[in-house]
Amino acid sequence: MSLWLVGQPFAEWAFKVPRAWRMPLQRWIGDAMDWLVQDASFGLFTFTELTRFIAAVIDVPYRIALSLLSTGWLEGQGSAAVQQLPPLSWLAVIGLAALLGLHAGGWRLAALAGGCLLFILLFGQWDNAMVTSASIAIAVPLGVAGGLLLGLAAYRWPMFEKILTPILDLMQTVPVFAYLVPILFLFGFGPTAAVVATIIYALPPMTRVAIVALKGVSDEIRDLGRMVGCSRRQMTWRVMVPSAMPGLMVGVNQVIMLSLNMVIIASMIGAGGLGFEVLAALRRLDIGTGIEAGLAIVALAIVLDRLSQAVADKQRTHEQVGQTSLIARHPYILTALALIGVTSLLGIGVEALRSFPESLQLSTGSFWADVVRWINVNFFDQLEAFKDLLLLNILIPIKRLLLDLPWAGVVGLLALAGWSLGGARLALTVGGLALLIALTGQWEKAMITVYLCGLSVVFACLIGIPIGIVAAENERVWGPVRVVIDTLQTLPSFVYLMPAVMLFRVGDFTALIAVVAYAVAPAIRYTVLGLRQVDPELIEAGRMIGCTPLQLLTKIKLKLAWPEIMLGINQTIMLALSMLVITALVGTRDLGQEVYIALTKADTGRGLVAGLAVACIAMIADRLITAAARRGLERRRGGHGPRR
Amino acid sequence: MTPLTRSARALLAAPVAAMLSWAPGPAGAEVESTDPIKLTLHDWTGQLITTTMMGEVLKKAGYTVDYVQADYIAQFAGLKTGDLHVAMEIWETTGRDAMDEATATGDVENLGETGMQAIEEWWYPIYMKEQCPGLPNWEALLDEACAEAFSTAETAPYGRYLGGPVTWGGYDDERVAALELPFEVVHAGTDAALFAELESAYQRQAPIILWVYAPHWAPAKYQGEWVEFPPYSAECYADPAASINPDEAYDCGKPRGPIWKVAWAGVKDKWPGAYAAIKAFTIDNDAMGKMVTEVDLNGRTVEDVVTDWMAENEGVWSGWIK
Repeated sequence: MSLWLVGQPFAEWAFKVPRAWRMPLQRWIGDAMDWLVQDASFGLFTFTELTRFIAAVIDVPYRIALSLLSTGWLEGQGSAAVQQLPPLSWLAVIGLAALLGLHAGGWRLAALAGGCLLFILLFGQWDNAMVTSASIAIAVPLGVAGGLLLGLAAYRWPMFEKILTPILDLMQTVPVFAYLVPILFLFGFGPTAAVVATIIYALPPMTRVAIVALKGVSDEIRDLGRMVGCSRRQMTWRVMVPSAMPGLMVGVNQVIMLSLNMVIIASMIGAGGLGFEVLAALRRLDIGTGIEAGLAIVALAIVLDRLSQAVADKQRTHEQVGQTSLIARHPYILTALALIGVTSLLGIGVEALRSFPESLQLSTGSFWADVVRWINVNFFDQLEAFKDLLLLNILIPIKRLLLDLPWAGVVGLLALAGWSLGGARLALTVGGLALLIALTGQWEKAMITVYLCGLSVVFACLIGIPIGIVAAENERVWGPVRVVIDTLQTLPSFVYLMPAVMLFRVGDFTALIAVVAYAVAPAIRYTVLGLRQVDPELIEAGRMIGCTPLQLLTKIKLKLAWPEIMLGINQTIMLALSMLVITALVGTRDLGQEVYIALTKADTGRGLVAGLAVACIAMIADRLITAAARRGLERRRGGHGPRR
Repeated sequence: MTPLTRSARALLAAPVAAMLSWAPGPAGAEVESTDPIKLTLHDWTGQLITTTMMGEVLKKAGYTVDYVQADYIAQFAGLKTGDLHVAMEIWETTGRDAMDEATATGDVENLGETGMQAIEEWWYPIYMKEQCPGLPNWEALLDEACAEAFSTAETAPYGRYLGGPVTWGGYDDERVAALELPFEVVHAGTDAALFAELESAYQRQAPIILWVYAPHWAPAKYQGEWVEFPPYSAECYADPAASINPDEAYDCGKPRGPIWKVAWAGVKDKWPGAYAAIKAFTIDNDAMGKMVTEVDLNGRTVEDVVTDWMAENEGVWSGWIK
């Protein structure tokens, strides 16, 4: 290392990538994109015509969902449209959600689903929420189905999985802003493009989970399927998929959560709905409305997630019960139909059922703005002092250090780390990816990204893992903690970013807060998961030989939970990187900003190159951590052997 | 297209009934095509007002109108292909490059000025005059004590100037260097962040100097002044020798420029009447400033404010659709 620092005057190239070495990747991608949009052709039709056709196909169910939930059936176009049939009234939608909750999970779930929707209604976000629901209602099933099919294909053909894995990595780590412009070109302007972007972003976890879940189906079940003579299709749909259902539902949950995460960005390209409400409210610094609309997104996420989970559970248990369930389901369907009929008829006469009267709506009004104002006026100096302390003593020195490191040295070190953790292949992968960042001319911005995300991950782990440990031990703590992290993950970060700017000014510190708030959730979640999976017998054994509680924790539980905690850290890094684009909105100078600039200048090549650099960082971190976790696991397994 | 009307409605918070009664105005008005003309909506109030005004006027003329939410710059992709038709506010100061690029393709047409002038400049709250008595003259900022009043721990002893998002351009870094101002430029990422900081500082009566633009609600809500730099000229930006510092360009204030209307090139042939009406549309800064204030500070809906304007100015807009 010191060799590199001494070598600066002699090896200038190692510190700053010479211009001649740089790849004009930006231009290549830009040109390729132009070709794709303007010239690419399959003979009979062009590529753009194909994508426009796909857009038109997606548009059909979207329009139906929108008519049902929001606009009603219209005759004519635009402002000349005349409503032929009204949409479902709010009473019907809330009733249906509660009914589904009752059917799938009993009164508690019914109350939860109804309550969340009532919250949305009372705070005057109903219309927006229904527009958002319509696009979610299309994006989620398509994401789930597409993810599942890709997962099945990857499961059947290992070769396909090899090709698919890096593509999934890219889909998850390239910031959405980077491919927003090409999507607009290809799919046209409006809600359909937003749905496509949402699917791209939300589909990968479904595929990943599907592959793992399908591989996890036990051999006995598979053999059984073969013995009773299932055809290939039967084997897949009657045996494999139902057996993998619990795992698949985790994927569904992730698709729902990620789709709702995209709501804000989707609204920037014409999806409208709650995302637009949040954005518009914060642009006029109406913090109260921003928070209300943000919480409406959270409420929507809770309803969709809990209902889908419960329905899946119900179906599983039903399969064991047998045929009677079909009859048992009828009362619900009848009630649902009756509910729709009655509310529609009533809606003709009662205006309040068509649109909820404004006089009954609640609002927090200026409450939130006043809270922020009060903190701002009374505590700004203390906050500022705390911020300066961190900034001057930790943040800035680390930033300088990282920026001063020679790229050639960092590439070498990463490759070395790869070598020692996973051998030549890993060394080659990691070193190659780092080299790619350097050669595309993104080194400096990449280092700022590493600094910001790295520090955020450290803070998130320092906060999250202890909370996770406490919550794993104590059920009473876990309940509220779970609500908080669910909220943090679905509440658009824009909502708390603006108050953060008011209290901490524009800059790295504010960005850090936003990233930590978002990325702390997996650190907590996976720590809890890992600690809870520790075999109780081992803990008992530890207690028998006289371990103190502290020893139990450090010597047994944490060691055994290590793989999950590592996975949590991995996910923390991924989420931190995915927040980059948001932090660009408060003026950081990293790759996220580069992507954002490219978006506003509609420069596809520039955006995708910066996006790829983000993906490279993510993949380096992922590969190294996975390798480290595997080594930890092997070492521990060795520990159980007779050698010790 | 229904969802677009929808989104516009959600945005304007208009009840269903009002929306439905918005069916085309005078019965029997003959228009060239009843296909909806798609106007883009962005995320600042002034633009929503201009667009709604234009849309309502076109409806009075019998056209079918659709409002579409779209990103300010990304919308040009849609305007080129004809997915979108009319964008009512392209600012000389921020949208010029994208607009020129689009009009150069021949698929997008500049329909002239809206009549509003964009102002973008350094701005400070009025209470800062106590600490820098020389303001609004820019030379007051050269004073070390004055600059220090604007400083933070990170920038001290230099003052901290909060610039707009990098994408807005504006050459503030160059301006600071050319005028040898003892200031550091910090870029906000969005204008929401920009005004969040202003709000925060104003609540505490704390020092701040930042990029503000008009027409906007901020100059109406907060008392303050624009810094008076040496006046802008094209030479000042292009030629180092011009203006105060003989060795550097950008040693002057920012240009003030018109806000343009642009449209898809096909509008002219498809809806000639609408094309003429859009070309005729004008409004000035004061009238717009008042309407923006009504919406953002007095909490009225865009739709209400536009309806009022329509009622009071029938003579004005009826001239556009003759």
